[in-house]
Amino acid sequence: MGVKRGLMALCVLILAACSDSRSGDEIVVYTSRADHLVKPVFDAYTAETGTRIRYITDNEAALITRLQAEGASSPADMLITVDAGNLWLAADRDLLQPVQDGDLDNAVPAHLRDAEGRWFGLTVRARTLVYSTERLDPAELSTYEALADEQWADRLCLRTSKKVYNQSLVATMIERLGVEQAEQVVRGWIGNLATDVFANDNAVMEAIAAGQCDVGIVNTYYFGRLLRDRPDMPIRLFWANQGEGESGVHVNVSGAGLTRHAPNREAALDLLRWMTQPEAQSLLADLNLEYPVNPDVAPDETVAAWGSFRADDLNVEIAGRRQVEAVKLMDRAGYR
Amino acid sequence: MHLISTRLKLRRWRPDALVLLTVLLSAMVLMPIAVLGLSWLGDESAVWRHLADTVLKDLILNTLLLLVGVGAGVLLLGVSLAWMVSTLDFPGRRFFDWALLLPLAVPAYVLAFVALDLLDFSGPVQGSLRQWLPFFSGGSVRQPWLVIVSLSLVFYPYVYMLARAAFMVQGRTLMEQARILGLGPYAAFWRVALPMARPAIAAGLALALMETLADFGAVAVFNYDTFTTAIYKSWYHLRTLNAAAQLASLLLLFVLVTLVLERMGRGRARFAQQGGQQMHRVRPRALQRWLLTGYAALVFLAAFAIPVGRLVFWVVDSAWMDLDSRYWGLVTRTFLLGCIAAVATVVLSLLLGYVRRTRRHRLVHAAVRGATVGYAMPGSVLAVGIMLSFAAIDQWLGATFNVRPLLLGGLLALLMAYVVRFLAVAYGPVEAAFERVRPRLVDAARTLGATPAEAVRRVYLPLLAPGVLTALLLVLIDVMKEMPATLLLRPFGWDTLAVRIYEMTTEGEWARAALPSLTLVLVGLLPVYLLMRRMR
Repeated sequence: MGVKRGLMALCVLILAACSDSRSGDEIVVYTSRADHLVKPVFDAYTAETGTRIRYITDNEAALITRLQAEGASSPADMLITVDAGNLWLAADRDLLQPVQDGDLDNAVPAHLRDAEGRWFGLTVRARTLVYSTERLDPAELSTYEALADEQWADRLCLRTSKKVYNQSLVATMIERLGVEQAEQVVRGWIGNLATDVFANDNAVMEAIAAGQCDVGIVNTYYFGRLLRDRPDMPIRLFWANQGEGESGVHVNVSGAGLTRHAPNREAALDLLRWMTQPEAQSLLADLNLEYPVNPDVAPDETVAAWGSFRADDLNVEIAGRRQVEAVKLMDRAGYR
Repeated sequence: MHLISTRLKLRRWRPDALVLLTVLLSAMVLMPIAVLGLSWLGDESAVWRHLADTVLKDLILNTLLLLVGVGAGVLLLGVSLAWMVSTLDFPGRRFFDWALLLPLAVPAYVLAFVALDLLDFSGPVQGSLRQWLPFFSGGSVRQPWLVIVSLSLVFYPYVYMLARAAFMVQGRTLMEQARILGLGPYAAFWRVALPMARPAIAAGLALALMETLADFGAVAVFNYDTFTTAIYKSWYHLRTLNAAAQLASLLLLFVLVTLVLERMGRGRARFAQQGGQQMHRVRPRALQRWLLTGYAALVFLAAFAIPVGRLVFWVVDSAWMDLDSRYWGLVTRTFLLGCIAAVATVVLSLLLGYVRRTRRHRLVHAAVRGATVGYAMPGSVLAVGIMLSFAAIDQWLGATFNVRPLLLGGLLALLMAYVVRFLAVAYGPVEAAFERVRPRLVDAARTLGATPAEAVRRVYLPLLAPGVLTALLLVLIDVMKEMPATLLLRPFGWDTLAVRIYEMTTEGEWARAALPSLTLVLVGLLPVYLLMRRMR
């Protein structure tokens, strides 16, 4: 009997899941940003405009594959993801449509968006050095590349090469230094490792604080979050590559684009515009202690307290263009 | 009787409706896998060469090491504990009897991140050791042995549960007969009890090993690269889904070959047994008894009490604020999805079991075998196979009948993923239950004039009920823990606890992942509790 009832419930549910239709003013978003980082933004937009937003979260590669498989029948209007590499890939697979819009172009600096308007940065994420205040004088630090020097032997901690942030960092190094030199740097890093690479940035910082190593490379918002919980951790950020002729701090974006077959293009475009304006910019950036992409908007106090830096002005799409090269390079160098 | 069976043999084998249904079912299950097989049409030699030149050798060695290690681990833990609780008497036996099943409710990725948080260099254990012991410097525990231990701790319950049931069923008569024939208690175990329990143990081992092969979450926490890592590397990082699909199909081939070998090894042995009387438990000497208690307690602490305690600590410390009304929605949906998927999966496995039992034919056996390989498939790879096939069907439907997409983005796609992946889990206990239905019983019912339908209702169903219940509960637990397929295929609004765990861990927010993890364990306790009840 239980079986029968279960089967009936099953049928009802399948029908329900198949037949829920979309009302006119509703935007469907595929996002690799976690629920708690986007929902407050969407809620604010719904409160302001009455437009409902439905979204699904997943890994970016999975979402891009899904968009591709769904083709013209995809319900998605917008793709939001972190790392320009992923946005570039979606554009490269022809999953995003070009948008010409003065407001967007004004709000988002040129090197943080696609030249054809297929995606726009929403927040800026800086990846830089973090060091132990107990065992290291920041005067010793200079660049990402210098961490390959012998003086850092057994003092370096890194996160796994499987994370796109490291792939993008290496991709921009390839762009500037060429494959051979970039590979030498990565080999140098691996030779200097104090311990196996970690699964996430937090673990890198905890290892530095615990004395397993002295310096690492992390995204700044992880630093911010960790210090919010444990303000007395003996670690600090160091802005890398600030010297004359050096590249500046490696930055990347989280960003969004309209899908190629967006069923509700106009509404989605309105949302995208709104997201690059001050109110949403503050929400988007502050929720995760990142930097607003719109230069007119100031970062959160906590973030501002880390000081200012010169960012790499290379177009972030390089991260996408050279990502596969970077992955292969890291495999060759034994960077797990 | 003789006449009937001779006639049956003489009649030419003709597939009937049930057989066709079975073949259709296994075709459905195999569809997403076949779609992945199509990947071989594309040329991925560049990716292969890159993998072969750089990481492939290590990945394969790592995977083999993991399989051997976890295999040994789950056998050691599962069989020894099952033997202890079913035949020996020691303090706390009644408690451990059911408590040792609890780790089944702990997802592997949860145990992994808790273990690492506690034990790694920056964790509290090494931290205190460094404080107290000046000569202790510590080091990384992200080593193969800890991965093996962690996975063994979460997967041993499969072996434990099935081995325990087997030892219980053997009962006292068998062991007494062995002893009468002059075997000592240990020899009786090695030469009689263990071989008799082999099919059950092998079934549990197969489940544990397939879980190990498909695992991505736990090995990712340790950054331990396995063959599954290569699949994801190709898809996510080298950006070729095709090469990922090729790798995944190789993995499946490996599993299929292993399963066939196991079957062949089992041969034609039948293990229908007499129901046993209550086991007469041996009472070892005091010291030994307490050693047994210590051993069981150690496993229980490491696999369940400490990880859950750590989660509770995190939740109390910081994560309770996430406990809002939306959260109950997650819990409800997780449970609901699990129930629906469990019922669907078990109904289908019953069909498979019945057909395999009553229509002895190679085609049927192959179809059944084929329908149960999905378990070794990493969830997201399987999900991609389903996504691609459903998208193709949707597009064809759209072009032909001008309808909007029906399949993809609906609940059906997700349920399909669960069924394909967990059919093996359901099929194991169901098949074992079928094996307990002695052929003579059915023959007798038929000779006494029962129609086939009556035979099913009055002989099969009552005898199958325990196995069916076990299957339902196991699938329920597994579905609730499943993460990657849920992420990729869920319809809008069908977020589950596993989805929430993914969102938090992917942001490195381990403490905030504790609440959904703890909830998942608690929700999983209900089915485990029911399993225990029926194990009594």
